[in-house]
Amino acid sequence: MAKKNKKLILGLLIVAVLIAFIPLFALKDAEFGGSDDAGSVMVEEIHGEYEPWFTPVLETALDGELPGEVESMLFCVQTGIGVGIIAFVMGRFVERKKWMKDEE
Amino acid sequence: MTKKEKAFLRATVAFTILFATAPVANAMHIMEGYLPVAFCVTWGIICLPFLAAGLISLKKRVKENRKTITLIAMSGAFIFVISSLKIPSVTGSCSHMTGTGLGAILLGPAAVSVLGIIVLLFQAILLAHGGLTTLGANTFSMAIAGPLVSFGLYKLCEKCKLNRKVSVFLAAFLGDLFTYCVTSIQLALAYPSESGGIAASAVKFLGVFAPTQLPLAVIEGILTVVIVIALESYARPELKAVGFLKEV
Repeated sequence: MAKKNKKLILGLLIVAVLIAFIPLFALKDAEFGGSDDAGSVMVEEIHGEYEPWFTPVLETALDGELPGEVESMLFCVQTGIGVGIIAFVMGRFVERKKWMKDEE
Repeated sequence: MTKKEKAFLRATVAFTILFATAPVANAMHIMEGYLPVAFCVTWGIICLPFLAAGLISLKKRVKENRKTITLIAMSGAFIFVISSLKIPSVTGSCSHMTGTGLGAILLGPAAVSVLGIIVLLFQAILLAHGGLTTLGANTFSMAIAGPLVSFGLYKLCEKCKLNRKVSVFLAAFLGDLFTYCVTSIQLALAYPSESGGIAASAVKFLGVFAPTQLPLAVIEGILTVVIVIALESYARPELKAVGFLKEV
């Protein structure tokens, strides 16, 4: 990989991390509530009381909400699946490039 | 109570009131059961042709060149990762990104609709995030409207001979933002405000979504650029196979 690109990637990643974490330190009192109960607040504001007419399948099966810990586990599973695939494919690409060089 | 303690108490009360009035959370997807049935069905039907086109285009690509499978997998995995990361934002609530920009740029908007609906199904069933009844509406905003903007913008930038990295950033950034605009409009259509109708309602929803999403859209743009750089350095044959890089 070109040296210029390496520096660019490093810089971009640092910026991304900063954007993600600065709010945490800047707004110490904010709740950073889950993004899920969300629009519902607005809907109620505009529409008055609103009763959702359908509950999530899993919640119906469990007779209640998914425990927070389990939910974060499932989110991790989702991330894990994605990262696994990306890492596997990228790993193959990087190794392949080494071999291609040898053949040249 | 000392003076200091009184002041402290007042400050906490003020804070509580402030946060009781400020919207506490933001939604990425429309919640389960929060759209009237007619809207759920309509959005679902609107999505069907896109999904069909997506399946056909994916099948064609793989048939033409099996190398593209790895890029399809990468794009799908990218959406999986990106849309599972909840990131704190300046408004004091969390939201997450869409990750559909990469797929749209590499594979075209139709193909992404298929990848996007897989992620949305996963989240709707297992995480009670989004929902099965609102799947159509969410698919339209995240997996169709956003990618269309990303794709169109990228093509436009290409025509204008803009630097590729800048084009990728712009496409992913605005595609992400547009997803939220569509979500706001979808909610506004279902819940027009009493005083100002649909437009007033849309502005209200946008006011909640936009400030939260802006920094996240920047992050999404950055991450998409990073992965494109990585692919450009290591996966040139695949990128040529999908037509992202021109044959030399």
